Amino acid sequence: MTEATTIAVGQETHVAEASEGGARSLASDAWRQLKKNPIFWVSVVLIAIFVLMAAVPQLFTSTDPTEAVLKDARMRPNADAWFGRDIQGYDIYARTIYGARASILVGVFTTLGTVILGSALGIIAGFSGGWADTLVSRITDIFLAIPLLLGGILFMATFPNNADSPYIVVVLKVVLALTILGWPSLTRLMRSSVMQVKPNDYVQAARALGASPWRIIRSHILPNAMAPVIVVATINLGVYISVEATLSFLGIGLTPPAISWGVSISDALVALRTTPHILLFPSLFLSLTVLAFIMLGDAVRDAFDPKTR
Amino acid sequence: MGKYIVRRLLQMIPVILGATFLIYAMVFALPGDPTAGKCGERPCPPAYVAKFREEHNLNDPLLVQYGKYLGKLAQGDLGTSFYGIPVKEELAKRYVTTGKLALMAVAWETLIGIFAGVLAGIRKGKFIDNLVLVSTLLVISIPVFVIGATLQMFLGVRMGLFPVTVSSQATFYELLLPSFVLASASVAYIARLTRANMVENLRADYVRTAIAKGLTRRRAVGLHTLRNSLIPVVTYIGVDIGALLGGAIVTERIFNIQGVGGFLFRSIGARDGVAVVGTVTALVVVYLFANLLVDLLYGVLDPRISHD
Repeated sequence: MTEATTIAVGQETHVAEASEGGARSLASDAWRQLKKNPIFWVSVVLIAIFVLMAAVPQLFTSTDPTEAVLKDARMRPNADAWFGRDIQGYDIYARTIYGARASILVGVFTTLGTVILGSALGIIAGFSGGWADTLVSRITDIFLAIPLLLGGILFMATFPNNADSPYIVVVLKVVLALTILGWPSLTRLMRSSVMQVKPNDYVQAARALGASPWRIIRSHILPNAMAPVIVVATINLGVYISVEATLSFLGIGLTPPAISWGVSISDALVALRTTPHILLFPSLFLSLTVLAFIMLGDAVRDAFDPKTR
Repeated sequence: MGKYIVRRLLQMIPVILGATFLIYAMVFALPGDPTAGKCGERPCPPAYVAKFREEHNLNDPLLVQYGKYLGKLAQGDLGTSFYGIPVKEELAKRYVTTGKLALMAVAWETLIGIFAGVLAGIRKGKFIDNLVLVSTLLVISIPVFVIGATLQMFLGVRMGLFPVTVSSQATFYELLLPSFVLASASVAYIARLTRANMVENLRADYVRTAIAKGLTRRRAVGLHTLRNSLIPVVTYIGVDIGALLGGAIVTERIFNIQGVGGFLFRSIGARDGVAVVGTVTALVVVYLFANLLVDLLYGVLDPRISHD
């Protein structure tokens, strides 16, 4: 996921006002910075809406997304079906609302998985060095050599879905595939971040005072090395949602009857020539979600980066 | 320099071994029977199945199978697909097409991406800068298959500017639109990366010195700033070649291109393990060599980086 590390945007944030006395931590400094950034608030509101949509879709619509009215198939947007109906006669508005769940679940769980696995291995490699570092780095090289999409396709072909696979199993399979292929970039990032923090005086002081390695990692290394990983993981969340849609487009990510934006988009492409509105709405929601996470990551990066102040 | 290349080549060996083993293990676990559907509307006779499995080493345990495969691979033999055609032959044809597609995508990336990035970087905060920032963000957030299908629809079908599908010759003109689609997300990333580096380097002391000693702005930006800003961009392009080869699966599907991606996808569907492993191995090797090439390019861009 080098993409994420390179979405280097300079949303120039303004010079922080002089502190009103008292020491401030890096995190509270970053928070003051964030609060003033309108882009941060836009993305937070967007994400809140989509998460709510994923959690309780009933709040947004009372239409059943699995009710197919074939005689109204491909109907254009109207008062009855706000976004129109797709080729199966499903209500596109309801499908789009219910589709949020799959994307958010895949994005959130994959990000959690890659962050936990990636940073754990990165800390081990960066902190202990020696043969553990060599081993982890070589394994990272191997996984980095397999492109994300390629590996995802192979994984999903190896463990295909049946029509009666439970929803959560289908989602978790995609999560697992993306986690297995996504962790190495975070491991690399965490490793270099830890190696930067490790030689600092406060780490040496803690060691001299007899702190255990576990304590040094938990209370000194981790809080100071976590920022770049959080930024990249946030941006990656958007990227994973996009990759899930791509896998679904290829017919091997989430598969019907699961409702997801990727599945909807894939179905809509068949009808693109005659009824493009079927494609518009799920793509719009998908793009807005991806956009929201990328903007959030950008804003957090700027807040943590002293150079932009 | 020579020593550096040799060391890098040696480091590649464990990576290739590990990656092929991972792929092999996954393909080994592919569900379904490779002989299914090979004998028409009835199951294959047991004698044929036995011979088929024997020929393709399907009865051996995973490690033995992998060992036999590696033995052949070391001699440059990628094996024969389950249809009896040497994988090398199949790939040779298709690699030319996908190679053309990927190279044209890289050309789009460098041309448009760097141009837009430089333009935004030197006009920081102006209209053009904001235009580049917003449009790249939009391109990044739209999945590539939506971009592909929509452009194919409007530029190909409605306006008739570009061919809608690609013939087996895969001419330059036919590949223009597909390669642009394949490159779209990377163009956006490169534009942003170039912009960020330009902005940072324009503030650097050596640029101020260059202007102070009387160089024209064109020369200070074009020669000094740009050259220093390009190093991370070149790194990105190297890493991106892997993503391009993987992403080709999607683009080739949309535009019906007879390339490696389509072949790989069909082979996975046909449970053709030998073909899948061979294709992916070739992709990984190309990717690793591309990265080596990029590392060697550093020296050209920045004489301070030497590989001795």
